[in-house]
Amino acid sequence: MAPLVQSSQPWVEKYRPRQVKDVAHQDEVVRVLTNTLETSNCPHMLFYGPPGTGKTTTALAIAHQLFGPELYKSRVLELNASDDRGINVVRTKIKDFAAVAVGSGGRQGIYPCPPFKIIILDEADSMTEDAQNALRRTMETHSKVTRFFFICNYISRIIEPLASRCAKFRFKPLSEEIMSSRIIHICKEEGLNLDPEALSTLGSISQGDLRRAITYLQGAARLFGSSISSKDLLSVSGVVPPDVVKALLLACKIGDFEKANKEVSNFIAEGYPVSQMLSQLFDIIVEAEDITDEQKARICKKLAETDKCLVDGADEYLQLMDVACTTTRALSNMSEEFCYE
Amino acid sequence: MLWVDKYRPKTLDKVIVHEDIAQNLKKLVSEQDFPHLLFYGPPGSGKKTLIMGLLKQMFGPGADKVKIENKVWKIDAGSRTIDIELTTLSSSYHVELNPSDAGFQDRYIVQEIIKEMAKSRPIDTKGKKGFKVLVLNEVDKLSREAQHSLRRTMEKYSASCRLILCCNSSSKVTEAVRSRCLNVRVNAPTEEQIIKVLEFVGKKEGLQLPANFAAHIAAHSNRSLRRALLSFETCRVQQYPFSENQTVAPMDWEQYVSEIATDIVQEQSPKRLYLVRGKLYELLVHCIPPEIILKKLLSELLKKLDADLKHEVTHWAAYYEHRMRLGQKAIFHLEAFVAKFMSIYKGFLIAAFG
Repeated sequence: MAPLVQSSQPWVEKYRPRQVKDVAHQDEVVRVLTNTLETSNCPHMLFYGPPGTGKTTTALAIAHQLFGPELYKSRVLELNASDDRGINVVRTKIKDFAAVAVGSGGRQGIYPCPPFKIIILDEADSMTEDAQNALRRTMETHSKVTRFFFICNYISRIIEPLASRCAKFRFKPLSEEIMSSRIIHICKEEGLNLDPEALSTLGSISQGDLRRAITYLQGAARLFGSSISSKDLLSVSGVVPPDVVKALLLACKIGDFEKANKEVSNFIAEGYPVSQMLSQLFDIIVEAEDITDEQKARICKKLAETDKCLVDGADEYLQLMDVACTTTRALSNMSEEFCYE
Repeated sequence: MLWVDKYRPKTLDKVIVHEDIAQNLKKLVSEQDFPHLLFYGPPGSGKKTLIMGLLKQMFGPGADKVKIENKVWKIDAGSRTIDIELTTLSSSYHVELNPSDAGFQDRYIVQEIIKEMAKSRPIDTKGKKGFKVLVLNEVDKLSREAQHSLRRTMEKYSASCRLILCCNSSSKVTEAVRSRCLNVRVNAPTEEQIIKVLEFVGKKEGLQLPANFAAHIAAHSNRSLRRALLSFETCRVQQYPFSENQTVAPMDWEQYVSEIATDIVQEQSPKRLYLVRGKLYELLVHCIPPEIILKKLLSELLKKLDADLKHEVTHWAAYYEHRMRLGQKAIFHLEAFVAKFMSIYKGFLIAAFG
């Protein structure tokens, strides 16, 4: 392969921590894993938590630190959702890899090289239940020579028998200070100029997802050059401008159907994502002081239903209109039941 | 050639409507590189035009020479092999494909084909760019599994491959994919912008375009530039020179839907429902997408309704459209909506007039 141009690498990859101790904010995991590095033993692990909190990073870092570049290929199997992971793969590929015996190891230079192999199953929650079931026995029979690392967003989608065989670690969303310190570090490395206001905007739009924050930052840097304002960040992130949301809510408040219809049509034509609109609407409604609790409950219920419909692939215009209608009815205290059913 | 294609801006410099986005994109590729991109916006807003412009800016005129290829991929899925037929449009620098064409097998497209393409680096004689560009259309129609597979592919092959994703609504693209791309929102052009383009095309064609008429076309276009240009060309064929208040003919299916709406409001009975069913079938047979029929039908019905019925009818339209997505046969749900509307409307009439 030709040497890559430095700039072609996404910053997310470029600034991925290479060592376990560099992983930010996940103290318990880091403590356990540093211990592993010293004693060269570890249980099966299950990492779960929201996106962008460092799960994959941690797993890759520990694998690299344990085995070093030379043994890495033969000792670590990394599978994720982009590889086929049906029940067949579990029965053949994973089982075969797990069954291979390894030498007793011993240190090689600075790497501990413990006598087991690691199988990293990234995005494990997208594995089928059958495939997960097929793993159960494999995990136990080969536990002498193989450790499994499961990585997922939702622990509820991992079947109980698997979860109970692992040490579980929850990855917390990153706090704003930790994010800022990381972002500032990257800005310094890349020679960017970020004012404090933009920094706090970045913190709020990325909601604890460091990868998202870095992606936005890189996007904004590419588009707008080295000094970035909070407006630039907003335009990259696809957040709906607050006045658009307020305009729709106002139309609902005064109960004008035509106006609401126009707002919604405009909103769709502007190409904003409706799911984003729903979550911003939700924030405003929950915090609003001039809306009674009952009204809030009615609106939130509708928002939840609509979110589900959108996931099912329903039409955005119709769904948002439905939300607008329900909101109007709730705010003017019309009955929840329709009168002509 | 249709005007829509004839006057499609060929480079980023010539873009009229989204000048700011075009300039930003130009800046983006000025370093001979760009991140993964996700273009989203309503139909007819210019996503494709911007993408083509971007590719041209990046690779020069070579990106224009595309060839269509229809290939059958043999994919080994464990116990059986699956044949997937896929049409791709490719130049020596980029490949464009529509993964959702494969239906429920789209996962294999993402996993195998894209991986295959991403692995092989382009043969570039000058050796300037070390990567290939994959343009994926309609990513919002991809299944969950396919989108999941996409996310790791994007990271793993980022050295040799850039993805440009293109879709109508970014809500249907999973967060994980969105957060790996630079999102570019392409909004629909405003009516003023459409008028500007119409005037531009009119001048190039050497036509006299009255200002009122241009505004009229723009107002009828639903903020879709493609539609505005198409109806402009239709009007040119129908009558030239243009008069100030020449009518813009609505699409014939829209006419038809508004007839259906009139039918429904006139009479609510099983007999009328039967008649409407025939008409709906007619529309479906002519390949009008069912959700478009439902939306148009709703907007036609809303015009004829009292204010207190509107909320209710809108709710049911949303409800049945959602059902339609989950179900298999669209006609059931369209008809269910019509029946529901009839019952509501009848109830309303009885309550109001006894």
